[in-house]
Amino acid sequence: MKFINYLESISGIEIYPMISLSVFFVFFLVLTIWALTANKEHITEMKNIPFEKSNSTDSFFI
Amino acid sequence: MQVEKFSYDNKIVKQFAFATILWGLVGMLVGLLIALQLIYPQLNLIPQTTFGRLRPLHTNAVIFAFVGNAIFMGVYYSLQRLCKARMFNDTLSKIHFWGWQLIIVSAALTLPFGITSGKEYAELEWPIDLAIAVIWLVFGWNMFGTIIKRRERHLYVGIWFYIATFITVTLLHVVNSVELPVSLFKSYSVYAGVQDALVQWWYGHNAVAFFLTTSYLGLMYYFIPKASNRPIYSYRLSIIHFWALIFLYIWAGPHHLLYTALPDWAQSLGVVFSFMLIAPSWGGMINGLLTLRGAWDKVREDVVLKFMVVAITAYGMATFEGPMLSLKKVNAIAHYTDWIVAHVHIGALGWNGFLTFGILYWLIPRIYRTELYSKRLANTHFWLGSLGILFYAIPLYWAGFTQYLMWQEFTPEGFLKYPNFLETVTQLMPMYAMRALGGTMYLLGFVIMAYNIVKTVKAGSLLENEAAEAAPLSNDEGGHAGEHWHRWIERRPVQLMLLSLVVVIIGGAIEMIPTFMIKSNIPTIASVKPYTPLELQGRDIYIREGCYTCHSQMVRPLRFETARYGEYSKAGEFIYDHPFQWGSKRTGPDLARVGGKYPDSWHYNHMMDPTSMSPGSIMPQYSFLLDAELDTTSTSGKIRAMQTLGVPYPVGFDKIANKELIKQADEITASLKKDGIETLNDREIVALIAYLQRLGRDIKASHPTVTVNK
Repeated sequence: MKFINYLESISGIEIYPMISLSVFFVFFLVLTIWALTANKEHITEMKNIPFEKSNSTDSFFI
Repeated sequence: MQVEKFSYDNKIVKQFAFATILWGLVGMLVGLLIALQLIYPQLNLIPQTTFGRLRPLHTNAVIFAFVGNAIFMGVYYSLQRLCKARMFNDTLSKIHFWGWQLIIVSAALTLPFGITSGKEYAELEWPIDLAIAVIWLVFGWNMFGTIIKRRERHLYVGIWFYIATFITVTLLHVVNSVELPVSLFKSYSVYAGVQDALVQWWYGHNAVAFFLTTSYLGLMYYFIPKASNRPIYSYRLSIIHFWALIFLYIWAGPHHLLYTALPDWAQSLGVVFSFMLIAPSWGGMINGLLTLRGAWDKVREDVVLKFMVVAITAYGMATFEGPMLSLKKVNAIAHYTDWIVAHVHIGALGWNGFLTFGILYWLIPRIYRTELYSKRLANTHFWLGSLGILFYAIPLYWAGFTQYLMWQEFTPEGFLKYPNFLETVTQLMPMYAMRALGGTMYLLGFVIMAYNIVKTVKAGSLLENEAAEAAPLSNDEGGHAGEHWHRWIERRPVQLMLLSLVVVIIGGAIEMIPTFMIKSNIPTIASVKPYTPLELQGRDIYIREGCYTCHSQMVRPLRFETARYGEYSKAGEFIYDHPFQWGSKRTGPDLARVGGKYPDSWHYNHMMDPTSMSPGSIMPQYSFLLDAELDTTSTSGKIRAMQTLGVPYPVGFDKIANKELIKQADEITASLKKDGIETLNDREIVALIAYLQRLGRDIKASHPTVTVNK
């Protein structure tokens, strides 16, 4: 595991978990806010993707 | 706009559907056999069918053959429809299908013969590991090709789950399978001891997360709306569900290693993230169940929905139980006992099994243009399966608690109340019998389904290419100024994949890099020395026989453990263990301190017939080790491999290794002779005895200042 030697020599590397945790915390905050305020039309459109009527010419089960 | 005509490939869906039924039968049949072996040890019959070799076959068959083929069946059906496009390339689909079946067959032809890497849920040896990587990439290529040539601009949430499954399983498989080949059928994990354990359970936990869970959530988000004919309850919730789940899951691996020699900070990290997992998991469950709001009258009549409701409920139960089990106090009870076996079977039989059955009952009549042969039989299957799960799980929960309570009970004088481990096992026999009954019921239901589906298939005719039409995507991206970034990513599969990859890599890296980096995480113990050549050979026999499926090598720092086994295990004791053999279930006692506990002759007789030394033992007989000749031609190669991995054997030791081996073997045969046992010095049993007698001895020599786990 040679790469360890390089990682060990980086000073202040301990801070990177804190930075990434903060990044993800912000990411989720923004994501949640967006999900809750998203355009209703868009959400309805996405929801109905599995049901597109022109999806198949198959009328056997419709 | 010009409408394009194309067709959906139903033939590949059919092939994967048939494969999942076939391998499901095989995997569950093996499962039933090993369940019966715990009650009737004489069913171990020949070396190839001993519990230790068949248990990995069962887990691999059920996870990668039964569930694996079911994932591909569901993905190939839903992806085409969600993308309004045929699969990218029919040849890739064929290579994927036949390649995967070939891998399964090679697993079935190697595991019973003891060809194993000895890492739980990743037992397949390196040539098969390579094949898995190639075929998995073919699947990914085919999937991305389809997504790229799609006719639907937005990617439905199900597809995100498929993408995350693909990319994370790739990462897990590659990182965990880094191994150094010694021969065509033998390799050593490049990681050792604590690091190997951490990588292995990062893999093991996330194989559950990303092979058995995210893929099936993708299927849930497609097939539940289709089967109930109503859209998913909350699309907003599904977005949060997706990102939160893949972010949190990847961190949770260390909860498999609580109270072990893993550094404390890593254990705590695992606990925190495991506990948080309950939020997205239940979000997903609620989303699935609420989709059926107002349709409960349908659930009563439609067997497909019945299966799906039980599947989601089982998912909810298992994902409630999981975070609870990751709490240290609860984990101390459940770890090494049958509670864990019950827990995983709620997931496997309930979530994976029942969702697969629901999809099969829905999908087969559709692609065969007919009705299901018998709804009554499907209902019978439903009830047999549901009761089977209960009969399987409840006795095992009971068994888990019973065994824990017996392990930890002290007399008023401060001695263990049940010092003989075997007592705590024989107590469980009625529970094991009930479990086998539950498994039989579940399997019987499965057979009924197979019959029902064969009949349905015979009555209908497969629509191999289902005609469809849709308008192609225009060059106009549909974007506009001020549109939200998440809508942007919903259209871009490659970026979505990369973002998912970054999310899981960061979690995995934070968990693992420090353990690899900081020397203080694994305090070395001066008296811990590399294995002798004979012990190394013996260790490989231990791995070959799958002893780790029933015996742990990890004494936890709990009073009832140290009273039974001795000093608790230290991280520094395992630095030469490629791979680690901590185990995860104690059907037999822990072996970390077994060295020197019994004379050599005890082990000899015990292997020949365990009941001669421990009346009532359910361990298989290993009398074939008494006659099998030890292959010493591999010794020098193994020593060189270990040297490459950093085990400090002196230079040129590989040349004299066999001389050392014979010397030590002679000592053991001499000690056996003193007890009246005549054996040749080149038998496998001699090497195994050497290894077992070495376990835990180093640390006994070094007292009194042993570095503690930090």
